[in-house]
Amino acid sequence: MTMPFYVAPEQVMKDRAEYAQKGIARGRSLVATTYADGVLIVAENPSRSLHKISEIYDRIAFAGVGKYNEYDQLRVAGVRHADTKGFAFSREDVDARSLANLYAQFLGNVFTHEMKPLEVEILVAELGTDYRPDQLYHIAYEGTITDEDRFAVLGGDAQTISERVSASWREGWDLAEALKAAVRALAGGRSLGPGDLEVAALSRHNGRRAFRRISDGELARLLGEPPALGSDPDGDTGDSAEGEGGATRAAGAEQAGSRAGASPGAAGRAAGDEGGQDPTRRRAAGGGGAGGRLPREGD
Amino acid sequence: MFDPGDDPGPDFAALLKRSGYPARGPGVSLAPGDGRGSVDIRHGTTVVALRFADGVVMAGDRRATEGYSIAHRAMDKVFPADRWSAVAIAGAAGPAVEMVRLFQVQLEHYEKVEGTTLSLEGKANQLAQMVREHLPMAMQGMVVVPLFAGYDLRRGTGRIFTYDVTGGHYEETDYQATGSGGRDARTTIKLGYREGLSRTEAVELAIEALYQAADEDAATGGPDPVRGIYPMVAVVTADGYEQLADADVAERFGQLIERIRSERGTPALAAGRDALATGGDGGAATGGQAMTGPGGAGTRPGTGGRRP
Repeated sequence: MTMPFYVAPEQVMKDRAEYAQKGIARGRSLVATTYADGVLIVAENPSRSLHKISEIYDRIAFAGVGKYNEYDQLRVAGVRHADTKGFAFSREDVDARSLANLYAQFLGNVFTHEMKPLEVEILVAELGTDYRPDQLYHIAYEGTITDEDRFAVLGGDAQTISERVSASWREGWDLAEALKAAVRALAGGRSLGPGDLEVAALSRHNGRRAFRRISDGELARLLGEPPALGSDPDGDTGDSAEGEGGATRAAGAEQAGSRAGASPGAAGRAAGDEGGQDPTRRRAAGGGGAGGRLPREGD
Repeated sequence: MFDPGDDPGPDFAALLKRSGYPARGPGVSLAPGDGRGSVDIRHGTTVVALRFADGVVMAGDRRATEGYSIAHRAMDKVFPADRWSAVAIAGAAGPAVEMVRLFQVQLEHYEKVEGTTLSLEGKANQLAQMVREHLPMAMQGMVVVPLFAGYDLRRGTGRIFTYDVTGGHYEETDYQATGSGGRDARTTIKLGYREGLSRTEAVELAIEALYQAADEDAATGGPDPVRGIYPMVAVVTADGYEQLADADVAERFGQLIERIRSERGTPALAAGRDALATGGDGGAATGGQAMTGPGGAGTRPGTGGRRP
């Protein structure tokens, strides 16, 4: 009979954390900020159909970075929780705080009890009311929950991006200004066009369902780009951004690795996994012509 | 969180059942028989829908009855199901309103989980399933018969679906009305309907249908200018669901009553009464008519006098 090796709990947790951080660092980052009319969320995501940002309820939005299938599962669970609660009680009784707590509990549970932690970081954003300010809940892979009332950055390169946002952040800025600043912060030195971005907002002027996507024409206009450029070199800009994106992601992985004191083998594995982890990218590369021409309710 | 094989998908009703939400329908048991003798259940009455050039118009009166008394004067029977469709209800008010609530959440839930909206046909099917599940209660006297209409974005036209208690659903080509005054409303629309009505014409026809239904059916409420309660009219086009303002509906009712008056000529009896009561704006219409209709004993041969 063999005895399992004893592994110190500290080591187990450290290994798991390292694993999750690396997974998250492989994906691209996301910035959420409050602005004059609500909350703006900007993600780097070349796919038109596999979303990182989505609607949970009337005044609540969800965003995730990391492994798509994992955060998407969390998103659906959130929609279910919110809809069930709103149906059983009232629409007003659905709030982001309880949802964020639920996510935190779930992520914490998975982190301590399961073999593999979830490689995700998620954001629950809520549009405020007269008596409640806008709120951003940032929940990390191990269930740590932080609430922000200015801005939040998710993803591998969070520290750097966060500093950039912080430098330009201004109370009550308008949509275009906030959007440009968020894109600049995400891009660093690179250039990100409308085709590389997924943008959505919780807006106070959007009726009961505050969530709306900002896409294509509107996005190009807000970014102050000539509309021709957005439609013209689809493949070209996509490719170049892709390459650079890959570079930052690799850097992020290394950073995460060194932070946790990873072995060279682990770093090699991260590099090897690269590109296979983020299905949003592959799908987009495969020609995302699935775009719904029809007006959709979410739009 | 569900296992992949066990996942309810985008189906909100299935999710509710799975999470043990108090069962609607079959769990409830009334007295045996049709249940009508033991309790007076609140009932909603007449709703109509008709197609026009750019979409559909849906309208419903505002009265709810419990047996022979009026239970509520300002009940809503026409609801937005989602941005491009509307649902109207007739029958037992409690379960009907609950069904609409579930239906609304169901459509939104699907949209959020799947990221796209259901097709109009898909929405109609969803509602059919809910009506079918309600069948045990319908057998006990709590019948719910919805009317579903919407703008089909893929086909670019308005469409109307009707239901029976078993969950059967049928697409109507032009118009339909249901509820206790449905028959009278339908006849009115039939006489005024033609292909390609304009929006205004369609709204006016729906209003006239409700007026005529209220005229003939005790359980259907007419316009109530005293309290400022008017039937609800909604229009669904490519631009989405829109409910007409009360003032707008009130004005159209005023015009309709003027028109009917002038077409009929003023009956002798009513003319005499009008001379006494000045400034009665013809509005008390159906409420008053039920008691002492101007047409009643005085002008119409065959009532009252000739009875053996």
